[in-house]
Amino acid sequence: MRAQPKVAVRGFTASFGGKVALRDLSLDVFPRERLAIIGPASSGKTTFLRSLNRLNDLHPAFSHSGQVLLDGKDIYDADMDVVQLRRRVGMVYAVPVPLPWSVYDNLVYGLKLAGIRDRTTLDGRVEAALKSVALWDEVKDRLKEPARNLSGGQQQRLCLARVLVLQPEVLILDEPCSGLDPISTGKVEDALAELKARHSIVLVTNNTKQAARSSDRTAFFLMGELIEVGPTAQLFTRPVQQRTNDYLIGQFG
Amino acid sequence: MTRPSPVALQRVVVVALWSLATMTIGVLLFIIVYILAHGLPHVSWGFLTQSPEYMGRKGGIFPMVVGTVMVAGLAVLVAAPIGVATAIYLTEYTREGRMTAMIRFGADCLAGIPSIVFGLFGFVFFAITLHLGLSVISGALTLALMVLPTVVRTSEEALRAVPSAYREVSYGLGSTRWQMVTHVVLHSALPGISTGVVLSLGRCVSETAVVMLTAGSALRLPHSLFDSSRTLALHFYMLSREGISMPNAYATASVLIIAILALNMLAYWLMRRFVAKVR
Repeated sequence: MRAQPKVAVRGFTASFGGKVALRDLSLDVFPRERLAIIGPASSGKTTFLRSLNRLNDLHPAFSHSGQVLLDGKDIYDADMDVVQLRRRVGMVYAVPVPLPWSVYDNLVYGLKLAGIRDRTTLDGRVEAALKSVALWDEVKDRLKEPARNLSGGQQQRLCLARVLVLQPEVLILDEPCSGLDPISTGKVEDALAELKARHSIVLVTNNTKQAARSSDRTAFFLMGELIEVGPTAQLFTRPVQQRTNDYLIGQFG
Repeated sequence: MTRPSPVALQRVVVVALWSLATMTIGVLLFIIVYILAHGLPHVSWGFLTQSPEYMGRKGGIFPMVVGTVMVAGLAVLVAAPIGVATAIYLTEYTREGRMTAMIRFGADCLAGIPSIVFGLFGFVFFAITLHLGLSVISGALTLALMVLPTVVRTSEEALRAVPSAYREVSYGLGSTRWQMVTHVVLHSALPGISTGVVLSLGRCVSETAVVMLTAGSALRLPHSLFDSSRTLALHFYMLSREGISMPNAYATASVLIIAILALNMLAYWLMRRFVAKVR
C-alpha cells in the first residue's frame, strides 16, 4: 500500500531493571509523515522515542528485545555506529535545554561534532535551520548572545533548529510544546508541517488536540502497549478500540 | 513567671544571632588587623626582594617567596590533573559500585589524616627512600598527596552540578562520551573545579608541618627542584618560635595573609561565576 517504512519497530520490549516499559510493540514510521503518539502518563511514549536513537542505553538498568529497523537495518546491531545514528535520528526534549553558550555556538555544535568546520557551510546551515523554524528574523542579530537570553518559545525553536542543522532523516519530539504558550506552540506546529516534506516525524504529546491538529497518523499507547494506530482523523472520530475511545473522551488518564 | 511575648522573643533571637554572626567576622578581622598592624610597617620593596641575613633578623624574604611559589605551585600542578581525572572517572565513566565507594572512602580517609603524618610519610618515602632529600620536589609531592582529596571532592561536586540534560543533549547531537565530557561538562564545571584548585593552593601555601619535614628550611634561594627551600609559613614559624625577630615574623605573616586572602577572593569570585553559570 505504502512506501517502505523509514523506521520499523518489531516486537520491541524495553525494561528498566525488570520493570517493563514497552511490551512487544510493533509500529512503523513512514517517510514524510507525522506520527503522533498519545497516551496517559507512564504509557511508554517517551521510552519508545528514546529507543529510536538509543538514548535509553544511557540508563544503567535498560534492557531490550526485538528490533528497531532504520531503513531496514537494526539499530541495536553490534556494528551500529551510535554516534552516527543520533545524527540521523534527531531528538527534541520536553524542556528546552540550550547549552550555556551563545545562540550560534548551540546551533553549530552538532555540525562541529560531525567534523564540519567550513564557516560558509556552517553559516548556511544555521540560517536555513533557523528559517525553517521561523526564528531567523527574531535572532539573526542576536546570534552571539547567550542562548538563555531567548524566551522559552524561542529556546524550544532553537533546540529544534539545533537538531535540524544536522539534516536528520527522522525527527523525534518529546512533548515539545508542553511548556509553551499557544502562539509559540503554533509556530512549532507550523514548522513541523513544513518539515514533514523532508523528515519523518514522531511527536509524543500529552495534548490530544495537538495530535489531532498536527499529525497524519496517531498511535495510542497504554501501559507500554500499542492499543491502536491509524489515520489521525479516523482515530479521533471512529476509534476501533474501546480503550482508545475511553481515553479520548476523558474517562481515564 | 510569664512567658515572653512572641514578638519580644523574636527581637531577642534576632539580636542574639546577629551578635554571634558578627563575632565570627569580628574574630577574622581582629586577627588580620592585628597581624597587619604589627607587620605591614616592616614590609617594604626591599623586604620582598632581598635575601635574609643573620637567619632572618635582617634582610628580606625573597628566597621564601620563591620557595613558596615553587613548592605550592608544583604541588597543585601535580594534584590538579590527578584529582580532576579521578573526579571525571567517578562521575562520567563509571557507575556507582564497589569501586567508586572504595575510591571515595580512600579520598575521605586521606582528607582526615593530620598534616604532620603526611609530613612524616613524605620525609620517609620521598626524602629518604626515593633519595629526593629535603627538597622542593619532596615537599611538593607530599603536599600534592595532602590536597588530592580536596581536589577530587570539589571537582566531583562541580561535575555533578552540571545538569544531566546537558549530557543528553550532547549525546543527542552526536557526541562521543569524551567529546561530551570535554565540550559540555568540563566547560560548565570549570569555575567550580578552579575554586577547589585555588583553595588547595591556599592550603599548600599555608602548610607548615609538611614542608618542615620534606622541603627543609634552607635560607638560600632554591636553584632547582632538588634544592631545599623554606616556605613563607615555615619562615614565619622559625622567626617567631626561635625568637629571631618578631617584627620580621609579623612582616612575613602579613605577606602570607595577604596572599591567602587574595587566593580566597579569587576562589570566591570563581565560585560566583560558577553559580551564575549553572543557574
